[in-house]
Amino acid sequence: MRHARIAAASFVVAIAGCAAPTTTQTNAASDAEVSRVLHASFQSRGQATLDRLDQDEVQRACSQAQGKPVARDVAERLQKAQLATIKYPADGELMGDWKAGEKIAQSGIGKQYSDDPTAVAGGNCYACHQLTKQEIAYGTIGPSLLGFGRNRGFTPEMRKYVYGKVYNAEAYMACTNMPRFGHMNILTEQQIKDVVALLMDPKSPVNQ
Amino acid sequence: MNRMQRSAIALAAGAGIVALAAYAQQPGATPSSSVEQYREMLADDNPAELWEARGEDLWKQKRGPKKASLERCDLGLGPGIVKGAYTVLPKYFADSDRVEDLESRLVTCMVTLQGLTPEEAKKNPFASPGKKVPMDALVAYVSAQSRGMKVNVSLDHPKEREAYEVGRKIFYYRAGPHDFGCVTCHGADNERIRLQDLPNLTQAAGSQRAFTTWPAYRVSQGEVRSMQWRLNDCFRQARFPQLEFVSPASIALELFLAHNANGGVMNAPSVKR
Repeated sequence: MRHARIAAASFVVAIAGCAAPTTTQTNAASDAEVSRVLHASFQSRGQATLDRLDQDEVQRACSQAQGKPVARDVAERLQKAQLATIKYPADGELMGDWKAGEKIAQSGIGKQYSDDPTAVAGGNCYACHQLTKQEIAYGTIGPSLLGFGRNRGFTPEMRKYVYGKVYNAEAYMACTNMPRFGHMNILTEQQIKDVVALLMDPKSPVNQ
Repeated sequence: MNRMQRSAIALAAGAGIVALAAYAQQPGATPSSSVEQYREMLADDNPAELWEARGEDLWKQKRGPKKASLERCDLGLGPGIVKGAYTVLPKYFADSDRVEDLESRLVTCMVTLQGLTPEEAKKNPFASPGKKVPMDALVAYVSAQSRGMKVNVSLDHPKEREAYEVGRKIFYYRAGPHDFGCVTCHGADNERIRLQDLPNLTQAAGSQRAFTTWPAYRVSQGEVRSMQWRLNDCFRQARFPQLEFVSPASIALELFLAHNANGGVMNAPSVKR
């Protein structure tokens, strides 16, 4: 691993000789030093406790990649491990109520130290995605999901994919920007079902 | 700010929202372009001037146990030089043997010149509803004295280079329940969160656009907000624990952003939504 990193560093230097990168390259800081600085600089507040600074293997690998794609073998290994975390509903029902899903998509409440920890959390889908024609205040970090079910087919396979994607997006695309709503206990099973309905119910405004 | 000024601003902001709604209905108008127009309307009159004036008074006022002003404070260009100082910060200071940004340096000077304890100098770093703080005013005053000048942050000192590299890693550091990091929202061009345009802070153009417009008067909050506040609130929204005021991580990250913005022309305090 260390050799790989040194090789990667020399490669960066070699590239830098051809085209100047926009950010300056000097000697990289060690992960231990960064961790020390972070722990000296943050403090627990409300529900946002200091253990949130500790990374799992996905967070660590994606941080090390510094915004670039991770190596294919690393991506495959991470995705396989994340896929195994997905818990599908015991009752086999993957779709809830799209109206409840729309409320979840609108709400950005949850997990901030300024949030009431007892309040119902949202998924804040509109922060990053277009979903319906009615809501024009949507973000563009993620792709537009307008017409999602209509375009992809209202099939059981697609419902299962959407449930899994919302539950743990890292299982399908390593280092995606999308949070792992089920795996990290941001949304409940019922809430994920409601979001699936928002995308996959033919009556949902997403599919009108 | 007196009540009349405050209601005038509230009225102006209200008119802006009405205009925004009307504009959004025009054919061909995109949500982003109407927000842009709203911003231009706001820039005509900058309430940050009130903070700048108050900051200048505070800078010259004799305060603290030593009954001294901050006028001999070295902000990076030598004792007492305010003009252009914001363009070289954060930087390494030999007297404190560390990299400091403006807010950190003001704390250092309050301690060394005015005799405050570090705890007293760091207390209440950001305004809260109904409560103004000296730090916001001082930051507004000092940053305004660099208006029109180019950002020129150095990596000459080894501690500056070290802080830059730590700052880079913090920028890409993803953690917490949402796996967020600075890079989640600020790693690509032309992205928005809801209707808010997000600067790409991995590129010079985006870094310059962002860095040169902080501190800023925030219309929605009726306050001047510092770069330390901006970073603190970004981490809150990213679901991190609380970033401590003038902490090493905040200064390292700021140095990373400031150096990437080198060459950009300062236009702060600006007016933001």
